[in-house]
Amino acid sequence: MSKDWPLWEVFVRAKGGMSHRHVGSVHAPDAEIALRHARDTYTRRMEGISLWVVPSAQIVASDPADDAQNFDPAQDKIYRHPTFYDIPDGITHI
Amino acid sequence: MYTTELSKSASGANVQGIEDPAKLAAFEARVAADEFIEPKDWMPEAYRRTLTRQISQHAHSEIVGMLPEGNWISRAPSLRRKAILLAKVQDEAGHGLYLYSAAETLGTSRREMIEALHSGKAKYSTIFNYPTLTWADIGAIGWLVDGAAIMNQVPLQRTSYGPYARAMVRVCKEESFHQRQGYEICMAMMAGTPDQQRMMQDAFNRWWWPSLMMFGPTDDNSPNTAQSMRWRIKRDTNDELRQKFVDITAPQADAIGLTVPDPDLKWNEAKGGYDFGAVDWEEFYAVVKGEGPVAKERMKARRDAWEKGAWVREAAAAYAEKQARKAQAA
Repeated sequence: MSKDWPLWEVFVRAKGGMSHRHVGSVHAPDAEIALRHARDTYTRRMEGISLWVVPSAQIVASDPADDAQNFDPAQDKIYRHPTFYDIPDGITHI
Repeated sequence: MYTTELSKSASGANVQGIEDPAKLAAFEARVAADEFIEPKDWMPEAYRRTLTRQISQHAHSEIVGMLPEGNWISRAPSLRRKAILLAKVQDEAGHGLYLYSAAETLGTSRREMIEALHSGKAKYSTIFNYPTLTWADIGAIGWLVDGAAIMNQVPLQRTSYGPYARAMVRVCKEESFHQRQGYEICMAMMAGTPDQQRMMQDAFNRWWWPSLMMFGPTDDNSPNTAQSMRWRIKRDTNDELRQKFVDITAPQADAIGLTVPDPDLKWNEAKGGYDFGAVDWEEFYAVVKGEGPVAKERMKARRDAWEKGAWVREAAAAYAEKQARKAQAA
């Protein structure tokens, strides 16, 4: 065998009520061993209560070259934020 | 733990010549503004190369670093110490894995990195080519070697390459336990019999200078430092970190009755730090070249572990393949 085991991305839920968060990756031949490796590598100190592993090859990412096109238009739309609107001091619960 | 930048081949020279000047300027501006560079972002080849070398050497150091301490797991003096040492050595494996993963994002496979280590092409920290002769060495390693590693790694949490910085955040969180358990071993030894105290002083004498060498060559002998600092791959110079380490560690030695094995060590009020003697750089470069007392033993242990574990890797891969075939047929 001269190839690495496939790569898996690891996501950990720190505690109930929180979403899973990407923490890193592991190599493993299958999902079961990927979970075991993820447990040993990323949760040695009570970092989480739940793990997801996803084959890295299955992740589709946006291209940094498209960053301007994708994300810059949001910058000049400040009216999407509540602080854009002036409400007189006397008005409450809004 | 940590490795110093050992190879001088991949210097930043010629960067301006071979890269697209507009992209390079944009990259330099981002780094100068303390932005993080992520795997899919454009980066100069020399940055990629230098980082791959630095991170993989760092990973190799974590992995080889398990060997000197693993040597004492079965002989730890109590169950408490044994559990602690096992946890520490397991952490080192974890640190190696975080770092290999970070390095892989730069486009070099895990396999290639491991082969480079086993063939002797890749370097790892010189510190692990010294033997662990007594239990006191385990105290000295945790306190001094992990202490020096922390000093090197804390600034790297702000290094410009995102995956490396994130790996360092995890490593630093875990490393502080390593140093404290080491110092606790040293305290216990120094509170023991005269024989135990002598044993501790002996270990301290042997680990002090190699620990200072962990920060790498002196600044005037470290040609890549300027480029690496500009790229935020390195955040402090070798000599700055070495000075900081001496200033912090000397009083800790004093507090438990250990004598720093350096007749020139002296507090310098004017500079607000210690003056200390010259490091034996000939020894350092000899160890870098693989002439450390146990260099061959370390590499043999690594290669043996890799080769003896091959059947497990192959069996797991074959099993996964068979299951995938079955699932497809069903």
